[in-house]
Amino acid sequence: MIDLARTPLRALNRELHAPAGDAYEVLNPRGAHAVAAGLCHAVAVEIRGHVGYYCAGMNQLARVTVHGNAGVGVAENMMSGLVRVRGDASQSAGATAHGGLLVVEGSASMRCGTSLKGADVVVGGDIGAMSAFMAQAGRIVACGDAAEALGDSIYEARVYVRGKVASLGADCVEKEVRDEHRAEVAALLAAAGFEHDPRDFRRYGSARRLYHFTRGNTY
Amino acid sequence: MCGIVGLHLRDPELHPCLGRLLTSMLAGVAERGPDSAGVAVYGDRRRCPEGYAAVSLLDAPPDLPVPGALVTEAGDTTVVAAPLPVEELLAAVTGARVVGAGTEVTIYKGTGRPLDLARTYDLADARGWQGLAHTRMATESQVTAEGCHPFSVGPDQCLVHNGSFANHASIRRELVAAGVAFDSENDSEVGARFVAARLAAGEDLDKALRALCERFDGFYTLLVTSADGFAVVRDAIACKPAVIAETPRWVAMASEFRALAELPGIDDARIWEPEPERVYAWQW
Amino acid sequence: MTLRESATFDRPTIAAIQRAAETGVYDIRGWGAKRSVPHFDDLLFLGASLSRYPLEGYRERCGTDVVLGGRHATAPLHLDIPVTIAGMSFGSLSAQAKEALGRGASEMGTSTTTGDGGMTPEERGQSRTLVYQYLPSRYGMNRDHLHAADAIEVVLGQGAKPGGGGMLLGQKIGDRVAAMRTLPAGIDQRSACRHPDWTGPDDLAIKILELREITDWRPPVYVKIGATRAYYDVKLAVAAGADVVVVDGMQGGTAATQEVFIEHVGIPILAALPQAVQALRELGVHRTVQLVVSGGIRTGADVAKAMAMGADAVAIGTAALIALGDNAPRYAADYAALGSAAGFYDFQDGRDPAGITTQDPELAARLDPVEGGRRVANYLRVLTQEAQTLARACGKAHLRNLEPEDLVALTVEAAAMARVPLAGTTWIPGT
Ligand SMILES: Cc1cc2nc3c(=O)[nH]c(=O)nc-3n(C[C@H](O)[C@H](O)[C@H](O)COP(=O)(O)O)c2cc1C
Repeated sequence: MIDLARTPLRALNRELHAPAGDAYEVLNPRGAHAVAAGLCHAVAVEIRGHVGYYCAGMNQLARVTVHGNAGVGVAENMMSGLVRVRGDASQSAGATAHGGLLVVEGSASMRCGTSLKGADVVVGGDIGAMSAFMAQAGRIVACGDAAEALGDSIYEARVYVRGKVASLGADCVEKEVRDEHRAEVAALLAAAGFEHDPRDFRRYGSARRLYHFTRGNTY
Repeated sequence: MCGIVGLHLRDPELHPCLGRLLTSMLAGVAERGPDSAGVAVYGDRRRCPEGYAAVSLLDAPPDLPVPGALVTEAGDTTVVAAPLPVEELLAAVTGARVVGAGTEVTIYKGTGRPLDLARTYDLADARGWQGLAHTRMATESQVTAEGCHPFSVGPDQCLVHNGSFANHASIRRELVAAGVAFDSENDSEVGARFVAARLAAGEDLDKALRALCERFDGFYTLLVTSADGFAVVRDAIACKPAVIAETPRWVAMASEFRALAELPGIDDARIWEPEPERVYAWQW
Repeated sequence: MTLRESATFDRPTIAAIQRAAETGVYDIRGWGAKRSVPHFDDLLFLGASLSRYPLEGYRERCGTDVVLGGRHATAPLHLDIPVTIAGMSFGSLSAQAKEALGRGASEMGTSTTTGDGGMTPEERGQSRTLVYQYLPSRYGMNRDHLHAADAIEVVLGQGAKPGGGGMLLGQKIGDRVAAMRTLPAGIDQRSACRHPDWTGPDDLAIKILELREITDWRPPVYVKIGATRAYYDVKLAVAAGADVVVVDGMQGGTAATQEVFIEHVGIPILAALPQAVQALRELGVHRTVQLVVSGGIRTGADVAKAMAMGADAVAIGTAALIALGDNAPRYAADYAALGSAAGFYDFQDGRDPAGITTQDPELAARLDPVEGGRRVANYLRVLTQEAQTLARACGKAHLRNLEPEDLVALTVEAAAMARVPLAGTTWIPGT
């Protein structure tokens, strides 16, 4: 148990980088930045309260749970492991994440999964504007709605939305949902712990019209 | 480039705590703007009693010819309150550098560490019903008290800005051509003057800020307050952070959540991030 | 009848208009600005004579080492020479070229830098000191590599394209490059102009904090900016917590950028350097936060002049590629086949005859990394010797003791930009 009201952030992260135990509880984060950033061992970290920017940034192997809201860039560039936010996540949740699973039980704000590079992001509520911007690989599942410009300039990432999509960004189109996609959604929902019918989700991805630079390219 | 906090207290029982709450909020954004800080307090009767008007001045000359005035010195700022209409009080202090005027608002600006400045302003003991603060990391101008936000260019109005406008020079030229005078080279002042002109023409905060979104290019998270309003807006890309929280007792906004962490009842507040180009306005 | 060419519509302009009309897309190329801009050539050193005493050229010591990044990092870099290799991506360059740069730099005790495409084992293996770039695209960004890095360079921009992202054409997105960047092979790859999870100095401060927390405050954190409003940007980089600031002038090279960007955005390093130094001095951190400059560094004279103006070190890109064999006349026929010529080839497509800016395995195999490394080391050696020669002539036992007062300008423009007097006068325009 580490109380951030008494222990400096640097000491917390140092301990978590070379952990003596395999389960930690972090108290009083109060919006602090870079809490549990750069972990690289299969430890479990329970953070009791709201965190600031870049919580669990670059996470590798660790299972980090935020019992509260997360600030900008939670699990940014995650490599592997599991990051779960019990509340809402701010902008750029899971930005550029390469692997692992990010679960946001509440809603995620703008630019969720921006430049995603292979990780999975499952959001219980809505995702904000410009989510999945330039997302290269990986999957984003939103159980609620998606705001404007979903999937702008998206590459090979797949996006599933259960609710309404306010608008699609450049080169993002709705795609047919086949059995393999429903199975994929079912598996992600199960991993995240949400009980929705996979058949309620629609799939979005790249029309691949911006892959080559030609005079037809308009943004 | 900076930190913003703002708090509107709906519950009069909290009015005596405004200063303490605002100080804790300021602490939460101190690192975002280590150069300087400005604060606005609405309804602080210690400094602007009922029936008085107040002007906030920078580097005020020692003997201002205002009979019966209540004068508060706070670092670079001097607040002069008197039982006069605002225009008469302003006329009486001609020559001084006015950074705010009205019957509700008192404004404090200075350079240095935000929390030191909060002490200079005696913020912790302030009472009132609304307040906002801004910590600044100067981008393209010098660190001076003048450059501090809030920009208050209309009666009881305040604007604080995080970001940078991209076409402010052109809008400044238009406003100047229309007869508006400027105090600084700061891009945020252009936003404040633009909003003030709209409000003076009878628009409400919502309408004025929607006009601002139409006209201004670049990046901004803005908090704009007046004697009867509290409003937040962000640009279309919404790069700069903002969090709003609301309970039956108060409405608050901040650049980062940690500035809200100490507010009473925060655990049960509705907390969300403003969407791009959507104006969130509370008017009463 | 005498033919008269228009100065306004000269032949390159006419060709550009015709090319635009033909294709409907703007021109993308590599290299840096090709127009002439005020540069270090417009400065001269005042060697010692009677009023000051020179050092003996071949015998007396003239130190060249530099420490970078001691402000906050617990493991600053100790380099033997103040000339570093700038960030150039694996993708824009072949793996062999990256390895050769690492070998050459390591032999001379200096650093190399990754680029917009991640870290390759070849380059990590062969680089004694490797700076790992943290770019908007985050291609290949990886926690283990962050830990394997000797320093981290947060890239905001490049001199060739301040405010712009990248566009690497599909010919260079071979399978390995595509896999490292998590992209489909063969696509024209766009990279972002802003970082995905922060903008502005207030948020950069938090990003730098995160990078330091992840790496336990060991490696130095550089911030690289393209030269525009250098005075303000350097101040803000320092405020955000940088250990080292890198300022890249408009002449700086690029792998692929819009021609209009290369030629029309940013300011020359000659104009940016005094602004950067002024910013550091005003903050009281000149020499505490080190300044690395780049953009058109070619000779030891450029190195010495940059240092005299207040830089702690320089970085080279294009010149290092030329040292490797880029634009060598021995490939004249190949260049002609591409519609180019030795001396004109600007990396615009992936078929570099010298095997440097290519992902074509056969072409890349033309570059032997060991031989390439030897050439790079030789070139770095000459740059250093030349800089030492000039420093000794000014009576300095260490390169870092060169000063602006050792310089004069040949032109009014250079005097105004570099803030040194016009030769033979005490006049610094604008002061
Ligand atoms: C082929 C090539 C690739 C480059 N790739 C990158 C890159 O990935 N990231 C970066 O910050 N700069 C990149 N640059 C710019 C260099 O880091 C450096 O700023 C520039 O080359 C310095 O100017 P010079 O070429 O005149 O020496 C690249 C330059 C070249 C020539």
